[in-house]
Amino acid sequence: MSSLVPLYVILPLASAFLIPVFGRLVKGFQKALLTLVLLFLTILTFHLIFGGLKEPVTYQVGGWSPVEGIPIAIYLVLDGLSAFTLLIVNLIGLLATFFAISYIKRYTAQNNFFALLSLMIAGMNGVVLTGDMFNMYVFLEIAVIASYALVAFGIEKTELEASFKYQVLGGIASLLILLAIGMLYWKTGTLNLADISGILKEEPPDLFLTFTQILLISGFGMKAAMIPFHAWLPDAHSSAPAPISAMLSGVLIKAVGIYALLRLFFNMFALTYEISLVITVIGALSMVIGVFLAIGQWDLKRLLAYHSISQMGYVVIAVGMGMILMVQGGDRSVAALAIAGGLFHMINHAVFKGLLFLNAGAIEYVTGTRNLKMMGGLFKSLPVTSTTSLGASLSISGIPPFNGFFSKLIIIVAAIKGEFYLLAILAVLVSIVTLASFMKFQRYAFFNKSTFSKKIREVPFAMSLSMVVLVVLCLALSLLIFPGVREVMLTPAVDVLMETSNYATIITGM
Amino acid sequence: MKGLTPIVKKVAQLMSGIICIYGIYIVVHGHLTPGGAFAGGIILAGAFILLILAFGSEVVKLRKEETGSSVTESLSILATLILATAGLLIGSKVFFNDYLPKGTVGELVSAGAVPLYNILIGIEVAAAIITIFLALIIFKEEEEQR
Repeated sequence: MSSLVPLYVILPLASAFLIPVFGRLVKGFQKALLTLVLLFLTILTFHLIFGGLKEPVTYQVGGWSPVEGIPIAIYLVLDGLSAFTLLIVNLIGLLATFFAISYIKRYTAQNNFFALLSLMIAGMNGVVLTGDMFNMYVFLEIAVIASYALVAFGIEKTELEASFKYQVLGGIASLLILLAIGMLYWKTGTLNLADISGILKEEPPDLFLTFTQILLISGFGMKAAMIPFHAWLPDAHSSAPAPISAMLSGVLIKAVGIYALLRLFFNMFALTYEISLVITVIGALSMVIGVFLAIGQWDLKRLLAYHSISQMGYVVIAVGMGMILMVQGGDRSVAALAIAGGLFHMINHAVFKGLLFLNAGAIEYVTGTRNLKMMGGLFKSLPVTSTTSLGASLSISGIPPFNGFFSKLIIIVAAIKGEFYLLAILAVLVSIVTLASFMKFQRYAFFNKSTFSKKIREVPFAMSLSMVVLVVLCLALSLLIFPGVREVMLTPAVDVLMETSNYATIITGM
Repeated sequence: MKGLTPIVKKVAQLMSGIICIYGIYIVVHGHLTPGGAFAGGIILAGAFILLILAFGSEVVKLRKEETGSSVTESLSILATLILATAGLLIGSKVFFNDYLPKGTVGELVSAGAVPLYNILIGIEVAAAIITIFLALIIFKEEEEQR
């Protein structure tokens, strides 16, 4: 079992370099290869989750065993949280790739597109699996550098501008993260997450460590597009080709932003009240400001991009509330509930935001515009797109029985039980504004009077199928609320975060 | 792109061989001395870039060279992956396992598979830098033709 873990990095990386060689010779090679690789990895993830990931799997790359209890190899760690995030990455990646098979016909250089996409997935899988600080930085750079190129894929003026902005801000974020890694290495003399955690436990918290934590919050916060650091996101996510927007919004900000923050602050650093408060405040700001920035937008993809900021705010406040409760010695079951709500919302957001961006791509594919004022009356001519986007809109606004309702409900219940009344009120308020802005999208895109003179036909099969699968997932993920399913998928991930010191114990064996 | 004067051409011809050998030296001694695949690969690419700049070339020919260098780059990465995955398939079943005999410390042929990784990554870095360079000149030439 454990020898399958490196396949998550090997297979996408190999396909990224097989595509430029054989893609020139064999027609359709690039599409088939990447789809098959991601299908295999998705099935493998499901197998790992449902088929018995009882114990976390650790894998020592190169077979270097620890010397005197000090780990020297690069570790790959597959525990509940990694498996959960890998499921998001590979499942959304598979559906976005399948969508891209038809969508990408508008562009030239298909080989480059699929090679960069598989490189990005390899990087994200690496970030999620690695147990080594510097290795995490390397994989993070692989993922984001591929995404810089993919944002600029259309090479129009706006796309190049968005990509440049994204590169500059992403470069600053990477610099902050690298500086923090350097400072941690200076302090502890090791890069292994478990080893660092063991050393930090014995030292009293000081300003040096707080400064490192602030650097990491700013760096990964910029990758996750939390509010003071969000400037790149609306441009980058709206200019990229639709499958890439779905990957960026649905997966990249979670895998390299939120996941890394969770892993580092729960399993590596000792939790402190100040840092938990900072994280919660950043989350609340993102949640509120993001939605008010979104509601005024008329560019469809830009509207969706601002909603990503707001929805990630939900995830961050849920996790932040859990952190505060754990630090203050509050009720641990409420903390577990809050964290479960956050992780549940994370996978839900990946599914419905991925679907909404694919819908936006389908609308752009047939009408050639992203401006809501130019659309209208598409309901009759685009039945599949409009039905699926209605499902996704209801889901993101939190209408039962869609998945978004249940995760928001868990977060709000946890906020009330944990006596964070202000956050609970804000979460409800933001949800109402979200509903308003998606009613605007539905009305202007699908139900107004048609402004198109030419005949509009439904999108090709591959695109429709991806959208239908995602809308079914929007409904199916509601099942995670039931105990039987929740214990298999969600509870292992929550346990990793609740039992903060277990991670280090499993790896170092002490 | 036009070539430069005969003096430059002759000097570039004489120098590029030496630069090339120096690059190869740095790459193959990667496990013994400072430097290694990345630094050596850049020096190797420098030798080729010097020749292209001194002698000049047609756009059509440059395009062919770009295809060649990008394929070389992909192939050398694939070879690295195969070498690493071979450790997974044979021996102790560990990714990146160093299964070759280690040899004596300080000898050129030692340290198992590390020199092989160095050579492959050296080729990859050189090919990548040449590809970037060629992409930039092809872009500039096409702008001028327009």
